[in-house]
Amino acid sequence: MTAPANVTFRIRRYDPASQRPPAWEDITIPYADGMTVLDGLRTIKETRLPSLSWRSSCRMGVCGSCGMFINGHPRLACNTQVTELGTDLVTVAPLPNFAIIRDLVPDLRPLFDKHAALMPHIIRDDVQEMYEPTGEYFQAPHDLEQFLQFSYCIKCGCCGAACPTVATDSEYSGPMALAQSHRYNADSRDGGFSARKQVLATEKGPWKCHYAGECSQACPKGVDPARAIQLMKRQLVFDYLRLYKQPCPSTVVPKPTEIKRRADVPEAPAATV
Amino acid sequence: MLDNKGHPNRLGVWGWLGGGKWGFERYLYTLHRLTGLGLLFYFLLHIFVTSARAFGAAAWEASMARVTGGIFVIGEFLVFCAFAFHAANGVRLVLVELGWAIGKPIEPVYPYRTSVHEQRPLALGIMVVAGLLVIAGGLDFFILH
Amino acid sequence: MRDQRLWTWHVLAGLVILLFLGLHMTIMHLDVLIGIFNPADPHPIAWTNVLARAKMGFFTVSYVVLLGAALFHGLYGFRNILFELGIGRGLKTAVNAVLLLGGLGLFVFGAWSAWAAGALARTL
Repeated sequence: MTAPANVTFRIRRYDPASQRPPAWEDITIPYADGMTVLDGLRTIKETRLPSLSWRSSCRMGVCGSCGMFINGHPRLACNTQVTELGTDLVTVAPLPNFAIIRDLVPDLRPLFDKHAALMPHIIRDDVQEMYEPTGEYFQAPHDLEQFLQFSYCIKCGCCGAACPTVATDSEYSGPMALAQSHRYNADSRDGGFSARKQVLATEKGPWKCHYAGECSQACPKGVDPARAIQLMKRQLVFDYLRLYKQPCPSTVVPKPTEIKRRADVPEAPAATV
Repeated sequence: MLDNKGHPNRLGVWGWLGGGKWGFERYLYTLHRLTGLGLLFYFLLHIFVTSARAFGAAAWEASMARVTGGIFVIGEFLVFCAFAFHAANGVRLVLVELGWAIGKPIEPVYPYRTSVHEQRPLALGIMVVAGLLVIAGGLDFFILH
Repeated sequence: MRDQRLWTWHVLAGLVILLFLGLHMTIMHLDVLIGIFNPADPHPIAWTNVLARAKMGFFTVSYVVLLGAALFHGLYGFRNILFELGIGRGLKTAVNAVLLLGGLGLFVFGAWSAWAAGALARTL
């Protein structure tokens, strides 16, 4: 699209102190080269609507704070160029399927609570080794490939906003929590499948996902939570049919002791702290 | 610390229907639900209608006489179409949801190629199969009889 | 644990239905194009054809299997739709009870009518 001279931002405003429900407000500002939706919101706040509220931080698509519903699709405001929307009317609303705290600020606490409930961390028996490591846990490149994609999640909530099940069911764990739980189930260093299974085999598991695929379409980091959830279902179904045997978590590789310094590599300088 | 729960903002059933931007697999998901409900409704009635065969020829003929005629033929054809779609899409869902047709996890490099893209050829092929079944059924229902 | 079990059986029931309902649809609605198991009359639902199939043990068994699989698959799917509408705990318990009892009742009735039709066919 050729750059417009002006851009109209149609913003969903909501003030919890007032008795009024959320309502649209239109603001037209001049377009600047390379303007992202976040840039536009900043300009509006600085020059026209000082009370406008939203979350943002890194402005470069790595923190996950600025997830919003932009022109009918959940996106990161910092990652969305105005020109890529193909129109000079930019509709900005808070992420759907989360309660609105104020203006464009969604309440993401249920998202994080559901995430925590599915144990998204390494679970192993050797707790001593985890806190006082004597070496590293072995992981081949092939093992890393099984979960690396899912580890790119920035917890922005765009997947939950796009999911049709999250739209109606507040108890569904949601794509982010399930994908992150699978990220650890698929990690060869982890031994926690049996513990997570106690939760995943219940209604908190992936059973309400019906592969609409919208979460993967919406994800700004290519995490593909839909893939993670289907792989999780496969693991759980095969486990129920007694066709899945949980592999042992990877072992510790002790630090090498027989390393000799090459003659042409100097010693490091003495520590100063 | 927040003490209010925030203004509700759930899409509800509109979220099943698209909630904004439509995706092909979302159409399939919604249609799979609608055809499933249609087939279930028909099936529950079908159990009663066909139970007449346990009572002899007269009961059977009377039961069948109640469900023949113009609107019932069209209705049955719609049930056949619903079956064709639901079965074909169901095969796709078994392959996808048990992790066979979605490809392996990859390092995401923009533009991202997700599992949705991986299974898209299967989804299109399945729709062709469903379409062929509908055509075959249509021939049998309306032309060859 | 229940949801893991129920979903797995839902998928397995779907595969069973694919086989048996596929056969049923072929017999009933692709009778001119393919034409199987309609030995006595061109019309699949003619009494003579119904009688001929009822005499075959294979059909009695397959109707009962199809009935069970389809009732489970359909009612579990319906339950999913209702539960995903965000209903409360009490209503979920009620839905579970109604669908379970209704499903069992329909299965008993349908299985009886399949068996009774077979028994009747063998006397004729």
